Amino acid sequence: MTYTQLALAGVLAAAALDLALLRTALLRRTAFWTAYAIMAFFQLITNGLLTGLPIVRYDPRRIVGWRVVHAPAEDLLFGFALILTTLSLWVWLGGRGVTRAGR
Amino acid sequence: MSHFAYLLILAACLLGTLPLEIVLRVGVYRQWRRLALTLLPVLVVFGGWDGYAVDRGMWTYDAHYLIGVTLPGRLPLEEALFFVVIPICAVLTYEAVLARRPGWARR
Repeated sequence: MTYTQLALAGVLAAAALDLALLRTALLRRTAFWTAYAIMAFFQLITNGLLTGLPIVRYDPRRIVGWRVVHAPAEDLLFGFALILTTLSLWVWLGGRGVTRAGR
Repeated sequence: MSHFAYLLILAACLLGTLPLEIVLRVGVYRQWRRLALTLLPVLVVFGGWDGYAVDRGMWTYDAHYLIGVTLPGRLPLEEALFFVVIPICAVLTYEAVLARRPGWARR
């Protein structure tokens, strides 16, 4: 398996969680896409540092080779999956009433 | 100092987003139970995924920039913290967007 396949699988799994499992439908909300755009911008900065210093090194055989500010394109997919999964869980928990500090 | 590089990047992420909680008052840290329940599965799933990728050699870490604590599964501590810090930042960002544009919550 390559990082590319892993990252794509992650995006699909996160989308399934959001749309089918938890039905939080973040993917249909402007607020999600706005938040993601902001996060993606900062991801390019932090990822740029992580892969530019480099703190992390990628096996060139396992990635497609497209890079955005040093970071493999797969990192953007991975980040998208991470953010979508996180927000889906957060919103779902909120819908279940897990909002107040005491609950 | 270089060994703290990754940790410093993560700390900067938390510090940079702190105003959202304190000034914008989005109340994410206040909902600590909800936050913990969100972070735990994310850490387990993505930490596991990450560990798998590292195990398969998809990427490697430069020890020069890490403090040297490795968790079971070959995951550097910093990487596990990444899966705590970045989700926190994501939730803060999302709630901040909602605080400024409540209408954008609509599906």
